[in-house]
Amino acid sequence: MKYISEFRDHKLVGRITHRISRIAKGVGKQIRLMEVCGTHTMAILRYGIKELIPPNIKLVSGPGCPVCVTPTQYIDRACAYAHKGFLIATFGDMMRVPGSEGSLVEEKSKGRKVRVVYSAMDALKLAKSFPEEKVILLGIGFETTAPTIAASISVAKEEGIGNFMVLCGHKLIPPAMKALMESGEVRINGFLCPGHVSTIIGSRAYEFLARDYDIPCVVTGFEPLDILQGVNLLISQIYQGEAKVENEYARVVTLKGNPAARGLLKKVFRVSDSQWRGMGIIKDSGFSIAKDYSRYDVQTRYPVEVIPSREKEGCRCGEVLRGLIEPRECALFRNPCNPSNPFGPCMVSIEGACNIHYRFGHKGKL
Amino acid sequence: MREVISLAHGNGGKLTQELIKDIFLPCFDNPLLAPLTDSAVFEINGTKLAFTTDSYVIRPLFFPGGDIGKLSVSGTINDLAVMGAKPIFISCGLIIEEGLSLLTLKKIIRSIEKTARYAGVSVAAGDTKVVEKGSADGIFINTSGIGIVPPGINLSFERIETGDYIIVNGTVGDHSVAVLSKREELGFEKSVSSDCAPLYELVEKLKPYWESIKFMRDPTRGGLAGVFNEVVQGRGFGIELWERSIPFQEETIVICELLGIDPLYLANEGKILFFVERERAKDVLRALHTHSLGKKASIIGEVVAEPAGRVYLRTNIGTKRVLDMLIEDQLPRIC
Repeated sequence: MKYISEFRDHKLVGRITHRISRIAKGVGKQIRLMEVCGTHTMAILRYGIKELIPPNIKLVSGPGCPVCVTPTQYIDRACAYAHKGFLIATFGDMMRVPGSEGSLVEEKSKGRKVRVVYSAMDALKLAKSFPEEKVILLGIGFETTAPTIAASISVAKEEGIGNFMVLCGHKLIPPAMKALMESGEVRINGFLCPGHVSTIIGSRAYEFLARDYDIPCVVTGFEPLDILQGVNLLISQIYQGEAKVENEYARVVTLKGNPAARGLLKKVFRVSDSQWRGMGIIKDSGFSIAKDYSRYDVQTRYPVEVIPSREKEGCRCGEVLRGLIEPRECALFRNPCNPSNPFGPCMVSIEGACNIHYRFGHKGKL
Repeated sequence: MREVISLAHGNGGKLTQELIKDIFLPCFDNPLLAPLTDSAVFEINGTKLAFTTDSYVIRPLFFPGGDIGKLSVSGTINDLAVMGAKPIFISCGLIIEEGLSLLTLKKIIRSIEKTARYAGVSVAAGDTKVVEKGSADGIFINTSGIGIVPPGINLSFERIETGDYIIVNGTVGDHSVAVLSKREELGFEKSVSSDCAPLYELVEKLKPYWESIKFMRDPTRGGLAGVFNEVVQGRGFGIELWERSIPFQEETIVICELLGIDPLYLANEGKILFFVERERAKDVLRALHTHSLGKKASIIGEVVAEPAGRVYLRTNIGTKRVLDMLIEDQLPRIC
C-alpha cells in the first residue's frame, strides 16, 4: 500500500467529507474537537482540512508540541550548560526557542558548542567520537521519543560512555489530557488522539477519558484521509451519544502499544511531576532519570544555577496550548511575533500552533 | 535586524533578502545590481553581455550525482543561462583548507574541467589561497562567469502577466535530498542523485520560442517557493501551483516525508522555472521533452490575478495552502 497516494485520494476525500457534513447537520450544535498532537495541527493546516469540514465543527489545537510545552527554565538551563563549555546536542527545533536571555542558536553564533542531531544515537556517537567533550543531549519529547533517549542512556551505561549525559525534559500525554478535562476551562467534545505516542502507550491508554469524562476519543493517523476519518468517527459517536476509544490508525497502533519500549522507559526513567509551559505543574506527567542511571543525568552530576526565568511580555503560548485561543487571537501574532522573531516556542517549533498558522494560514481570503 | 549573522542569513530566504536590502544594496547602489537578477546584463559596443558570481561551500564535497567542482561550474553557467546568456568564460577562485589531500583536489579540478568542457566554457582566470586547518571545510570555491546574450532574448520580471503558465524541466528537490542523505549518512536503501547540471543547452533548444518565454530562474536555495515569492512580491498578481502536476521522484517525496521537510523549499541545481506565454506553453513543453534534461518537464502552475502578492498550492485533495517565503533554514550548506 502506498500511503502517500492512497490516503490522499481526492475521490475518497469527497465521500468522507460528504458523510461528515450529513452527520454534523444531524448533531446541529457547535462541536469542538481537540487535536492534541502538533503533527496533527500541521497536517490539518497543510492539507487545508478545515476547508473540507462544516462550519459547526471546530478543530482546536492542544498541548501536544513537546518543544512548546517545555518551560523557559529548561532552555535557560541548556544555555547555562553551553556557557560552561558543555557540548549541547539537540533536535533542530529547540535551537530557536527563546530563553530568558537568548536561544541556543544565538549561543551557537557566539561560539558555544551546540550541535543539531537527528537521533539520540547520533548524540551518543558524538560523545564517543569526542571523549574529551562533555556531551548533553536535550531529552525533549513525549512517549514516542523518550524510548530512544532511554535506549541511548542504556547503551551509554553498557559501553561506559561516561561523557554522555541527558538533560531530561520528557513529558507524558495522557496526564496533560486529564489536566485539560479537570480544569474545565475549554469545552471539548472529542479528542483526536496522537498517532505516534499511541504506538508506544497503546489505544487503551485513553480509556480513562471515555470512562471518567464521557468524552469520545479516536486515535488518528496523519494523512488527510486519516484525519477526516478520525473526525467522522468522533462526530458519529457524538451523534449516537457514545463515548469510547476507537483506533483509526490501526495499521500502526495497537490496543496495548509497545511493551518493549515501555519496559525500557521503566528501566531508565521514573515518572515524576513535571512543569508544562502554560499549564503549570502536572502531577506524574513527566520522566526523570532513575537513580541507577544518575551518572547520565546532567542535573545530578553537574548541577547548575539558572537565573529566574521570564517569558517575553505579551506571549500567550500558554493559552494556545490549552486550546483557549487560536494563534490569530494573540495581539503579537504575525507582528511582531513571527518565525524570524519568535516571542514564544509556539512560533518556533514546526509543530507549534502559531508557527503552523503563520506558515499555512493566510491573511484574508485565498 | 539581528546583531550577528546566523546560518539562516545564507539560506536564500527572508533573512538573506533583509541582508541584501539593508546592507548590500544601499552600499553598492548601481543600476546593474539593483534588479537583483541572477546575472547583471549590460551592453558594450552593441553586444549584450551577462556577468555573474557565486560561491560554493557545500558539505560534503562529494555526493551522489556530483561534487563541489561540478556544482561550481554548473551553478554559475545556470545563472547566466537563465538570463538567456550563452556562457563563454568562467573564473575559478579556490580557498583550500590546510590538510586537504592532493588526490581530492585533483578530483575536484578534473571535475571542474570536465563540466566546463561539456558546457563549452573555458576557465580563463583563477586564484588559489590556503588557510589554516579549521578555517574552511576542505575547500570553498568561487566562480564568476561571462556570457553573451543573443538577440531575440527578452526576459524580465515586468513581462510576467496574469495567465502565463509556469514550467519546470524535471523533478524537484533531488539535489538537497541527495546532499543531506550523504552528509548525515542517513543510510537509505534507495539513494537519490543530485540533479546538478549545466543547463544552457536546454535554453538554446527553446530558441524558436524565446519571444514567448518571459522570465526564467533557477530555483537553488529557497527552492521553488523562494523564487515564486520573489516574483510576486509587490506585484499585482499571484501564483497558483498545482501539486498534482509538480514532478517528483518517489524517493525524494518519501525521504522528505520521513524527515519532515518540504520539497518545495529545497534547493535544485539542474532546474529552470520558465514563465511562458500561455498559448505557447505546450510547444515549449514538447521541445523540453526532446532533451535529456527536460524529459520530465511539466506545466506546474499559472500566474493569477488574485490574491495579488501571494503564492499558493492547490493540494492533491483540492484544498488550498499558502506557500510563504522561507524563514529559517531547512538545510544549511546545501550549495
